[in-house]
Amino acid sequence: MQRIINDPDNVVDDAIKGYLRASPSLFVATDHPRVLKYPDSPSDKVGIVTGGGSGHEPAFLGYIGEGMCDAVAIGEIFSSPTADAFLEAFRAAPHEQGVACLYGNYAGDNMNVKMAKQMAEMEDIEVKTVIARDDVASAPAAERDKRRGVAGEVMMWKIGGAAAARGDSLDEVIRLAQKAVDACSSIGVGLSSCTIPANGKPNFSIEPGHMELGIGHHGEPGIEVAPLTSAEAIATAMCDPVLADQDFAGSEVAVLISGLGATPVMELNILYAHIAERLEGADIRVHRTDIGNYFTSLEMMGATLTLMKLDDELKPLLDAPARSLAITQR
Amino acid sequence: MQVLDATQGRDILEELVEVIVDNRQYLSDVDGAIGDGDHGINMAKGFRLCGESVAGQSLSLSKALGTLATTLMGSIGGSMGPLYGSLFMGMAKSVKDKNVLDAKDFGDMLSDGREALEQISDAKVGDKCLLDTLVPAIESYRQAIEVSDDFPNALQALRNGAQQGRDSTLDLEAKIGRAARLGERSCGHLDAGAVSCCLLLTRLADSTERRLEKAAA
Repeated sequence: MQRIINDPDNVVDDAIKGYLRASPSLFVATDHPRVLKYPDSPSDKVGIVTGGGSGHEPAFLGYIGEGMCDAVAIGEIFSSPTADAFLEAFRAAPHEQGVACLYGNYAGDNMNVKMAKQMAEMEDIEVKTVIARDDVASAPAAERDKRRGVAGEVMMWKIGGAAAARGDSLDEVIRLAQKAVDACSSIGVGLSSCTIPANGKPNFSIEPGHMELGIGHHGEPGIEVAPLTSAEAIATAMCDPVLADQDFAGSEVAVLISGLGATPVMELNILYAHIAERLEGADIRVHRTDIGNYFTSLEMMGATLTLMKLDDELKPLLDAPARSLAITQR
Repeated sequence: MQVLDATQGRDILEELVEVIVDNRQYLSDVDGAIGDGDHGINMAKGFRLCGESVAGQSLSLSKALGTLATTLMGSIGGSMGPLYGSLFMGMAKSVKDKNVLDAKDFGDMLSDGREALEQISDAKVGDKCLLDTLVPAIESYRQAIEVSDDFPNALQALRNGAQQGRDSTLDLEAKIGRAARLGERSCGHLDAGAVSCCLLLTRLADSTERRLEKAAA
C-alpha cells in the first residue's frame, strides 16, 4: 500500500484535522468529532444535512458551504455515520425551519438516519429526507427504490441547498431535492479496485485489461465485465443505459463527469468529448458540464456519468451561487 | 438446575470482544467477496473500543451488554452499528433485574434481542443477513429447552442452529444491504453478518457453558 497515512485505523479522524485547518471558512468542528458544519449558515433558513461513509471525497463534506449543505455527518471509510453523528448534524444545522437530510440509498445510512430522525423528534427538530437513487446499473427503472445513490447526489445537494438559501420552506426544499435526484440518471465504469487502508488489500479485483460497467461507489459489482476498450467505446457503453433510463431527447441537461479517484482529469475530458458528441446526436442540449473528482471511491480508476434533465424550475437553482470545497460558482 | 451468574458480565463481554478482534481479517475477507470489505474492520473497532471502556470494571451481564450496545451504536455506524446495537440492547434490557439466569431466562434474553433488532430493520430470514444465523439459532435453543431444562444441551443446540444458519447463507441470494444489488451472483458466498453472528453466539454459548460448570462445581 502506497499511502500517506499514520495509523490506518485513524485515517478519517486524521483527514478531518486537515480539512479543519485547510478551510476554516468552510468547516468548524461541533460537539461530535465526526460532524462538521459551515460556520455562516443563517439560522432562519431550512437546514440541509448530508452524510455518508468516507473515502468519497470531496463527498460528503466538500458539499457544505454557502448555498449548499449546512452540516455533514462523517462515517468510517465506506460505512454509514452513526445515528449519533446524524443527530448532531441535525442540531448543528439551522433547524428552526426544519432540516432536510439529503443522502444516498444504502442500508446503513437508511437505518442510522431513521434512528437519528426519531431522536431529533424528541428534541422538536423536524427532519424530512430525500434518498438519492440515481444509479441506473443498480436496479431496473421499475425497482427504482432499490437503486443506489451515486453522483446524482451532487445535483440533489446543489438544488436543495440553493432552494434553502433563497428561503424556501422545508416541504418545498424536499420537493425540489427529490425532483432533482429523480431527474438524474447515472452510471459508473471501474478500471481498477481500491483499498481501504485498515484492510490493507484491494476490496475486489478487476483484471488488468478489463473494465466493469455499472460498478458501484464501493466496488459493488456492475452489470458487465468487458475488455478495456477506447474512450469512445466506453462513452457509448455508459451513454446507452443512461439514455435508455429517461426520455432526454429534445430537453436540456446538466452533465456531471466524476473521476473515481485515480483517473487523470485529462482522461475524463477525453471521455466527455465522446459523450458530448453522442448527446448532440440524440438531440439533447447541454446546459452545463462539470468535469472533475466530485464523488470518488478512494483510488479506484474509472468515472461516473450523471445526466440531469433540466426545466425552468431546476435550472436557476443549479446556476445559483455557491461556495463549497467541491462547487464554487458566482 | 444449572444457572449463570448474571452479576458478573465483564468476562463474557471480553470473550465476545476477543472473538471479533481475532477474526477481523477473516470477516473483512468474507465481506469483500460480495460487500465492501469493511465488516471486520468496523466490528473489530467497535468491539475493541468497548473492551477498552470496560477494562477493570465490575459489571453485571446487563450492564456489559448495554455498554456493548451503546458503543456499537455510537462508534461504528454502518449497518452493523444499529443492527448489533439494538440486538445487544434488547438482550441487556431483558436481563436487567436478574442475578442469575436459568436456561429459560437465557432463551428469553436472546428472543428479546431479536425483537429489538426487528424493530429497526425490515430484514428477515432468507435475506442473507445476520438474522439467518440468529433466528434458527434461537429456535434451535427453544426447541431444546422445551424437551429438557439441560442448560449445556440447549447451548449446544444454540451453536448447532447458529452454524446451520450461517451455512444457509451460502446458497441464498442477498435481499438486503449492498450484496442485494448482486442478485444471483451473491450466491456461493457466506454473508459476513451471518458469520460474525455465528462467531458471537458460539462464543457466548462457550463462555456461558464454562461458567455453568463452575457454578455447578
